[in-house]
Amino acid sequence: MTALHITGGRVIDPASGHDGEADVWIDGGRIAAIGAAPASFPEHERVDASGCIVCPGLVDLGARLREPGERHKGTIASESRAAIAGGITTVCCPPDTSPVVDAPATVELIRQRAIEADQARVYPIGALTAGLDGQYLAPMRALARAGCPAMGQADRDVGDSHVLRSALAYAATIDRPVILPACTPSLSHGCAHEGTVASGLGLPGIPVAAETTAVARIIALVADTGARVHIGRLSSAAAVELLARAKADGRPITADVAAHQLELTESALIGFDTRAHLRPPLRSAGDRDALREAVAAGVIDAVCSDHRPHEPDAKRRPFEASDAGLSGLETLLGLVLARVAAGDCDLATALARVTAGPARVLGLPAGTLSVGAPADLCIFDADTEGVVEPEGFVSRGRDTPLTGHMLPGGVRTVLVEGRIRGTY
Amino acid sequence: MVEGDIQIAPDGRLRHCLTTQGMDGERITGILDLAESFAGVNDKTIKKVPLLRGHTVVNLFFESSTRTRSTFELAAKRLSADVLNIDVQRSATSKGESLLDTIANLQAMQCDLFVMRHPESGAAHLVARHVDDDVHVINAGDGLHAHPTQALLDVFTMRRHKPDLSERSVAIVGDLRHSRVARSEIHALRALGVGEIRAIAPRTLLPVDLEALGVRVHEDIDAGLADVDIIVMLRLQRERMEHALLPSSSEYFAGWGLTPERLARARPDAIVMHPGPTNRGVEIDSRVADGPQSVILEQVTNGIAIRMAVMALVAGTAPQREGR
Repeated sequence: MTALHITGGRVIDPASGHDGEADVWIDGGRIAAIGAAPASFPEHERVDASGCIVCPGLVDLGARLREPGERHKGTIASESRAAIAGGITTVCCPPDTSPVVDAPATVELIRQRAIEADQARVYPIGALTAGLDGQYLAPMRALARAGCPAMGQADRDVGDSHVLRSALAYAATIDRPVILPACTPSLSHGCAHEGTVASGLGLPGIPVAAETTAVARIIALVADTGARVHIGRLSSAAAVELLARAKADGRPITADVAAHQLELTESALIGFDTRAHLRPPLRSAGDRDALREAVAAGVIDAVCSDHRPHEPDAKRRPFEASDAGLSGLETLLGLVLARVAAGDCDLATALARVTAGPARVLGLPAGTLSVGAPADLCIFDADTEGVVEPEGFVSRGRDTPLTGHMLPGGVRTVLVEGRIRGTY
Repeated sequence: MVEGDIQIAPDGRLRHCLTTQGMDGERITGILDLAESFAGVNDKTIKKVPLLRGHTVVNLFFESSTRTRSTFELAAKRLSADVLNIDVQRSATSKGESLLDTIANLQAMQCDLFVMRHPESGAAHLVARHVDDDVHVINAGDGLHAHPTQALLDVFTMRRHKPDLSERSVAIVGDLRHSRVARSEIHALRALGVGEIRAIAPRTLLPVDLEALGVRVHEDIDAGLADVDIIVMLRLQRERMEHALLPSSSEYFAGWGLTPERLARARPDAIVMHPGPTNRGVEIDSRVADGPQSVILEQVTNGIAIRMAVMALVAGTAPQREGR
């Protein structure tokens, strides 16, 4: 394995608080030193990072790779390559593949395909309940041993509160966090935020109460079981408020938001743009502003891509019949940098939400540049900007309502385990 | 982007008719005036003008309809168009063909004007975005979103009875939440500068943020009808009871049905409208539906003239004077 010397970049490591120009020395796939060369550093290659930011590779807590089961939408190979193009070196994929990730063999299949693809690291989230059906517990201990860092339900609710309580208690026993969606199904039959825009368009709405009722139930069961729960994809100001209160009460609860929720609102749906058909839905400007504040303040721990690639036909239908989701891997960094440009927070804080923050949520050995850590790095130019043009995406998914938006930042070089996986 | 943009050609002409949102008062008045000129045609013995000769109009209905489809068909025939009615129950879509494939196939048969009704909100927009430049789309109702020709024929009927609309108040009563007619009508009435728009319904049948559209909401019908000039009743679907939005149709009628006693709270010369089909004894008492203040059948007649006007306008064959 080649040793590397990254020169001239501004190194930002939110986990340690390091921020300043420094050289990074990599050997054996790990960080050997930041700053001065370690003694007896072997023969090495040089990567010039002058004018660029050097930070830990991004950690994405929610990205569908579509494999197994939906290879017409994307594959582990295609989407993990897209992750690298987005500066993301660690991807956690939800268990709602086909088959569902509720058996160690499926975990093994996904891990093996990721190794063959040789791009980003892929962590399958295991199912919390068998088949994600919310009735019987999935074999969480076996899934954990097979390599699942957490258990989850993807978008599927556990309707029976006894089952959920028991699943949380069992997950706590095997010391795995649980990722839960914030969505009460009986309030979520719609396809758009229940507000002015959906009213005008005649689209069935999903009220904010769909999220707050789910979050309130989760908080109560966390208090009851002591399980660590991560709420995936918050979308409303009211839910952020509940989360902040639970955190202040010392509950072991964390949360993330999809990056596009920090940029867009319900107004993206005007004209029935099916690319803006997302789940949870884009909500009001007030909700978006509260999410921005919560990210800056750290109430929301992580920002993820919520990447859901689709074949083109999936969006060429009437709005409600179209499939929800966007191609997000390649806009995650830009959307986070946009918050810095807008003055919400400094660069180190923004990067923390896509590196150290998500890594800490799931206890992953990623998102840090500390000596001895795996050398997963993202080198990007923070001073450039570019128009989002999905035709140029590496991902098979080409649909995003951000098309045409100007976003800051440009990924230059991405390393996983000390090896260059992408140069742009 | 304003939602209505896509229906307006770069030169300002009405290319498609998808929604009344984004139509200004001048455009709507132009359509109503043109419809007035066609209304005369309908009274003649030979009820035909050659404005759409050589055009093929497709009535593509993915939802059942009697009066809308028939009046579109009559309107197209009175404009001398060839008319194709597609019965969706027997069409390829029930075999899994996508909406856009259906449209592409009909375009390949040189159909140049689509009149479409579809259960999904936004379906007409989707089709309009994908048809060739010389093909036109008229929305005959898409999901809960819009039914522009119904709104136009309603304001046409209102204008005939109450020419001074800016001095008048309109109450829309019933299931506004699931009504594409109500949405389109509110936009049209606002564009025409009507004096006041009221919505009367229990909260479960009201869309959220209705006030943002410039509507005053009343949950109590007696207060809502006080001194109103025009009453538009909306149809109540049986599904509303199944989805727990209402206890029963009899309770609804007791609370919000239009009875002669309630009608008496409105102005003595108030008119009563209903887009049909009516549910007698559910949202409207037969004595009102058949009474002297009812203009429900006039609405149906006016539908032909309005639809003739809209078809001629989008096809670009309307007489120049009104053909903006």
